[in-house]
Amino acid sequence: MTGIHCVRITIMALKTEPFVINLGPLHPSTHGVFRMRATLDGEVIIDIEPVFGYLHRGIEKLAETRTYKQDIPLTDRLDYVASMSNNLPYVMAVEKLAGIQVPERAEYLRVIMAELQRIASHLLAVGSLANDLGTFFTPFMYMFREREKIVDLFEMVSGQRLLYNYMRFGGVSHDIPDEFLPALEKFANRMPGFIDEYDQLLAENEILLARTKGVGILPKKLAINISASGPVLRASGVKWDIRKADPHSVYDRFEFDIPTGSAGDCYDRYRVRIEEMRQCVRIIKQAMEQLPQGKVLNKVPLRLRPPVGEAYAHIEAPKGELGFYLVSDNSEEPYRFHIRAPSLINLTAIREMIIGWKLADAIVTFGSIDICLGEVDR
Amino acid sequence: MIATTPSLNSEISLAALPPDWPGSFWLHWLVFAVIIIVFVLATVIVFIWLERRLIGRFQVRLGPNRAGPFGLLQPIADVIKILTKEDLVPGKADKLVFWLAPVVAFTPVLMIFAVVPFQGGALLADLNIGILYIVAISSVVSIGVFMAGWSSNNKYSLIGAMRDVAQLVSYEIPLVLSIAAIVMITGSLSLTEIVEAQNVPYIVLQPLGFFIFFVAALAEINRTPFDLVEADSEIVAGFNIEYSGTKFATLFLTEYAEAVAISAIIATIFLGGWRGPLLPPLLWFLIKLFAVFFLIVWIRSTIPRLRIDQVMSFAWKFLLPLALINLLITSIQIVFWPEASVWPVVLLNLAMVATLVLFWSKFFKLGGRRIEV
Repeated sequence: MTGIHCVRITIMALKTEPFVINLGPLHPSTHGVFRMRATLDGEVIIDIEPVFGYLHRGIEKLAETRTYKQDIPLTDRLDYVASMSNNLPYVMAVEKLAGIQVPERAEYLRVIMAELQRIASHLLAVGSLANDLGTFFTPFMYMFREREKIVDLFEMVSGQRLLYNYMRFGGVSHDIPDEFLPALEKFANRMPGFIDEYDQLLAENEILLARTKGVGILPKKLAINISASGPVLRASGVKWDIRKADPHSVYDRFEFDIPTGSAGDCYDRYRVRIEEMRQCVRIIKQAMEQLPQGKVLNKVPLRLRPPVGEAYAHIEAPKGELGFYLVSDNSEEPYRFHIRAPSLINLTAIREMIIGWKLADAIVTFGSIDICLGEVDR
Repeated sequence: MIATTPSLNSEISLAALPPDWPGSFWLHWLVFAVIIIVFVLATVIVFIWLERRLIGRFQVRLGPNRAGPFGLLQPIADVIKILTKEDLVPGKADKLVFWLAPVVAFTPVLMIFAVVPFQGGALLADLNIGILYIVAISSVVSIGVFMAGWSSNNKYSLIGAMRDVAQLVSYEIPLVLSIAAIVMITGSLSLTEIVEAQNVPYIVLQPLGFFIFFVAALAEINRTPFDLVEADSEIVAGFNIEYSGTKFATLFLTEYAEAVAISAIIATIFLGGWRGPLLPPLLWFLIKLFAVFFLIVWIRSTIPRLRIDQVMSFAWKFLLPLALINLLITSIQIVFWPEASVWPVVLLNLAMVATLVLFWSKFFKLGGRRIEV
């Protein structure tokens, strides 16, 4: 018989094997030199191993060989996109150690700077999260437009645009110039409108919702167990903010809310940051109204020798609880200088958050944690 | 509704010469080939400049404005920079395939322009199966991309290449189905006849078809939100990660030439090609070409990228059913109202596309879930 041939098709189960891919240390979406050793099954991540330490500069050890005052610039270099917030807990720890008083005006200025820095850091976080989602830099540029204004404000008070080195033991290094308050007021009045704009551009975007909702979930229990903090913890539904839980400087005098999420996914982390920026503007406005007159820096001996003892001071930094633990042996250098870095601790659950998702989700989840490698590796 | 009987003219008239064209068939062939290459290269240069300027504006910045007036010389500076880079070939690469890939990717894109009518009669080959030819030849680009990804011997580029093939296979189907509706209305596969049949541009007569074609075309040319092939934030540069120098320039050129090609095809089959009042036909064609490209750039600078499973489910669960419905509705209209005047049909179709897309997007969720490992 010719004509009709019966063709037997055997469908074989194709043998596949997972392969290992290195995300980083030089990768556009690792926000620095972080490395993830991912095992992929097709597009699905079946295992991931974070590798730290590519930016290790030995800051903790370095700080123990320098005087207390010389260590302030070193703290700038931890989370270099939020260096105001890095100065603050360190000088607070030293003040606790040496019993130094801070004038009230300086306390208010510290709060204003810390909150401005929080806005700047969150802008960068949201912008680069959108970048990781693949928006080709447009939201990033919009965020940078406002971050630029904050950086301008910081330049007015400190003369620097990235590493401010502004806080001192017993106050801040300079009083604010005359043009600072009008500029700050203009910024605080305009910022809510810009935040609404970001929300409209991003939060109602169908693709952004599809990419972030339910992705990279950090369960509440796990978040507490790894001692996560900051927006990452609050997105998982834990209402924990050091500004409320253990108010430092003058935070107890302001009225503000703590936004929390519920699902603990990438979208909640994004939302918490957007809402937090609104609260920051509220705090800044109140601080501007209450800002007292007076000096900004108390006299502190140039060669500071704190008495023997130890001190721990922490603040709610943009990325979470940033703490400094200092031990003094009555010499000019700290005997022990330990940093509790929120970026590193928030990152420890990355494996649980990423496994089982696609490669693209790994990048988004990683971006939504918002780390700064200067702080992770120190 | 314009429903003509399918033309059964099986002669392939290769030389659609303008009446006063001098010289023989081969001269015409040669001259037109050169014109097409020059046109494509010139348009690509303008596209690159335009895209950078436009994206600059979309991103509240200025864009290139240093090299020449309005930064017009920027693409030329870019080209010089790229061409003078060292031409590296990875040690473990498949040398022959690595070398061939840019050629395989670029040639079909140029070949698409053979049948694109720039103005009445101005085209290299007036194939009576023009649109089928385009669909067939444009898929070959993917082979070039896959060759590039495979031969580089790099894991990132392999992932990019795999994504490209998966994407192409999925999006080819709604693309072809939306063209099929156009062909049913026109009764011809020839691009010239499609343009001549468009007394009303098909974008208003076939709004759903345009939507499907445009989205599928974005996926075909790997533009945002379907740029997974070279997702810079995930797989760095995807299939072309190991390329440099002239080979990279060719791959880069391919991408933009694809954008030119898709803009030209959309301008031809949906926007009425060279037809338009007052202005000369070629100018109308270029205006429509750039309008489509503007839309592509706008989307690129606004929308985040989809994930691979979402890209797939969007093709199979959203676009494909809509394309089938579009085909059904079009055939009903052709059969039952062959003589109906155009405008009621246009209104009906516009209402239908709004309802269908809204209705379908209520049911369709892009989602995706965690896979237990």
